[in-house]
Amino acid sequence: MEATPNLWIIPLLPLAGAAINGFFGPREHKSSGQLPVASGQHGHTAGHGHEGSHDLPARGFVHSVAIGSVALAFLYAVYLFFTVTFEHPIVERVGTWIIAGKFDAGFSFYLDPLSMIMTLVVSGVGMLIHIYSAGYMAHEGGYYRYFCYLNLFTFFMLTLVLAGNYLLLFVGWEGVGLCSYLLIGFWFKKKSASDAGKKAFLVNRIGDFGFILALILMFGVAGSLDFEKVFAAVGRLGVEPVAGVLTAICLLLLVGATGKSAQIPLYVWLPDAMEGPTPVSALIHAATMVTAGVYMTARSALLFERAPVALSTVAVVGCLTALFAASIGLVQNDIKRVLAYSTVSQLGYMFLGCGVAAFSAGIFHLMTHAFFKALLFLGSGSVIHAMAGQQDMRHMGGLKSKISITYWTFFIGCLAIAGVPPFAGFFSKDEILWKAYSGGHTTLWGLGMLTAAMTAFYMFRLFFMTFHGEHRSEEASDAHESPPSMTGVLVTLAVLSIIGGLVGIPHAWGGENRIEKFLEPAFGVHETGLTPVALTEHVADVGTERLFSLWAVLAGIAGITLAWFLYVARPRLTEELAQSFSRIHKTLLNKYYVDEIYQTLIVNPLVSVSRSLLWQVVDVGVIDGAANGLAGSARGFGGWARRLQSGHIRSYATWVLLGAVFVLFFMGVLWAK
Amino acid sequence: MDKALFLLFATIAIVGAANLLRQRHPIYSALSLVAVMGALAALYLLLGAEFIAAVQVIVYAGAIMVLFIFTLMLLNVEEEAATGRSRMARYLGLPLLFLLLLQMVAMLRQEYPVTMVAQVGSHAADNVKQVGNLLFNQYVLPFEVTSVLILVAIMGAVVLARRKS
Amino acid sequence: MVPISWYLVLSAILFVMGAAGFVFKRNIITVFMSIELMLNAVNLSFVAFSYLLRSVHAQVFVFFVMVVAAAEAAVGLAIIIRVYRNRQSLNVDDIDLMKF
Repeated sequence: MEATPNLWIIPLLPLAGAAINGFFGPREHKSSGQLPVASGQHGHTAGHGHEGSHDLPARGFVHSVAIGSVALAFLYAVYLFFTVTFEHPIVERVGTWIIAGKFDAGFSFYLDPLSMIMTLVVSGVGMLIHIYSAGYMAHEGGYYRYFCYLNLFTFFMLTLVLAGNYLLLFVGWEGVGLCSYLLIGFWFKKKSASDAGKKAFLVNRIGDFGFILALILMFGVAGSLDFEKVFAAVGRLGVEPVAGVLTAICLLLLVGATGKSAQIPLYVWLPDAMEGPTPVSALIHAATMVTAGVYMTARSALLFERAPVALSTVAVVGCLTALFAASIGLVQNDIKRVLAYSTVSQLGYMFLGCGVAAFSAGIFHLMTHAFFKALLFLGSGSVIHAMAGQQDMRHMGGLKSKISITYWTFFIGCLAIAGVPPFAGFFSKDEILWKAYSGGHTTLWGLGMLTAAMTAFYMFRLFFMTFHGEHRSEEASDAHESPPSMTGVLVTLAVLSIIGGLVGIPHAWGGENRIEKFLEPAFGVHETGLTPVALTEHVADVGTERLFSLWAVLAGIAGITLAWFLYVARPRLTEELAQSFSRIHKTLLNKYYVDEIYQTLIVNPLVSVSRSLLWQVVDVGVIDGAANGLAGSARGFGGWARRLQSGHIRSYATWVLLGAVFVLFFMGVLWAK
Repeated sequence: MDKALFLLFATIAIVGAANLLRQRHPIYSALSLVAVMGALAALYLLLGAEFIAAVQVIVYAGAIMVLFIFTLMLLNVEEEAATGRSRMARYLGLPLLFLLLLQMVAMLRQEYPVTMVAQVGSHAADNVKQVGNLLFNQYVLPFEVTSVLILVAIMGAVVLARRKS
Repeated sequence: MVPISWYLVLSAILFVMGAAGFVFKRNIITVFMSIELMLNAVNLSFVAFSYLLRSVHAQVFVFFVMVVAAAEAAVGLAIIIRVYRNRQSLNVDDIDLMKF
């Protein structure tokens, strides 16, 4: 093995930043109130200036440490990208963690094309969002705490993508869940925020349970959790026709992924997670944490390819989630909610891509989605900042002239997500749809196209409602642009959204599809000589591919046009439509009542069982009863035994006699033998 | 002849011990005990332990029992009252004692059959010399330590019994 | 021609009688005397064994037993005097403060 590139530096840099901010932050920063500073419900104030101005140098220290650590990690990742050859994965074992019998898990890191791309995305987009946060959170209390958590999150996420065995991956997995909880509930004195944090953590936990079971089964199959050993062991197995241990592993991994990446049925935490600060939503719930499930599925490509049942399940779950979430996003009025459901929907696309064995397409979409979704979230943050905390789109309107940088960057983001060429989203989404069709999954392709149209529609509905038309409230008339720290990031992300897709231009359009070639070693032939089992033969028909791309573009344009028609040309029509289809409208607005269904069917029974059975009977009765019973019987025995000590010498003498008689008896018995 | 002497002194010892148990006034018990010790001294002589017999009379009967009697007279004791507070002793005492005696006798008879005999006069003539030899050669350290022991006992007794002044 | 076992049985009888006194008598000093009786019984058996085994060492042991008994008697009686002064009673059953 060549000289190790010291991969452990990359996660450790943000950890150091978190530690520095965590330990030294409070001293630097006296005024850390935890309530959102703004009036209204969502915490950001329009007033700059006096609040916190006396500790500006302290804030400077905090955000410099935070941004600097992530920036250094990013730069090192870039350096690695240009200097490392990616034919064989680089495995670097830093230390031993657990050795128990045959189980050996160490702190090992793994660098191959897949983890390289993920590291670049996480550290790069992370760095941009850190810079944005410095501006967005400038007047909030708990500044150091925010950056400490953000750095901690980056550490865990980098651990996740660079881990060399499934156990370390799981550590990162859990860690990002924890940081998500901490950051969603950042304004923890607000009940809805702390509730949302708890909900996210608990729902994630359900998925994690499936993940752990998968790890156990994996150890049973492969005898280890290291990537190389698992892949080697699985590579020797053939395809499982119906069901077997590999299918079980993959389905359980999928359960974990649905929790972390917000797919059906465990997506319910993501919309609530919008209670956190907007940069948090951008980083964690758009670009990085929720993509962990996709990464993990792609990493386990070898396993999924040998379990076709599981693979199909992935595709179906992804497709249905995409459609389902898009339908909810059509009628939501909170700008962040729309983006949240859009994220769920786009994640569905990524899973669809993985599910039709087009793993590199899924990862490609992950990368482009990171760019434009982060851009959209941060742009919405800019809008909310301009609107002094207002998030309801019905009160916005006509912001185009007031916050023009935000307007143009947001426009680019919307074009990207709608799949308009040559912006980033077009190439990645198109790749997934084409691979779905050419692999024979026509229904999935059809639903995917429908979702694409819906995506374009609701995104531009959002765009037009927010930026066009008349000012529908006072805040809209008073809107002003955000500081350069925020707009600079928006511009950067806009540029990435424009050019990001160019690395994946397919052959049909004359490109080299560089990203697929780059990722080939990760999903293709490994150094062990294992070949992926090709389950779906992708038809390579250039003409059809171009045609289908055009159809995708047309679907997107149709959505945009419909949105323009309804929200710019004839705004009254929307209300009439809402009236005539009121039941459908209400169902969609209330997100199919899924939360209420879960509450009745799952949460309430669990709570009542826990309270009446587990608490009263098991905890108080059995466990406390056993402990108290032991103590009680000890006391009873002691109470009886102490009466031996009567204080009467004659009784003692008699006891001694008794003992002597016994001893002599035994001696006599022994002698007799 | 030996048997007669043995039986005589054995009887004196047992009667004395029984009297010790029976008498209610401690002073009578003490005097009975003196009788027992005298009988035992005679028995030692029969077994040829002249030195020990002498020491028994001088130390035990002559010093220790005198000490007891002094204490009894100092404390002006009366007949003992019959307080029966110990249930264990009342119910279990006698049976256990009986059992103990039975066991001991059984084991002794088994180990030492009647054929082993002791003959008066069939012992060495220089018993005192032999004892002295051992005491001052082999056991000289314990011997000296016992003198310290007695010193400590004297001091302890003085300190304990002193009247607070 | 006295069988050795007779001496030993006599020793056992005297020992049990001493134990009886220890269990049944109520005056402390009488109890103490019963203890001395037990010690004497043991001395007798030592001397009997000294004859049996033709060893003078046993008699030296008896010597030491007597010395220790003397020391013990002195200190014990001093303690009894103290107890009498504190409790005004020589009845064993009255000295029962060390109880539960």
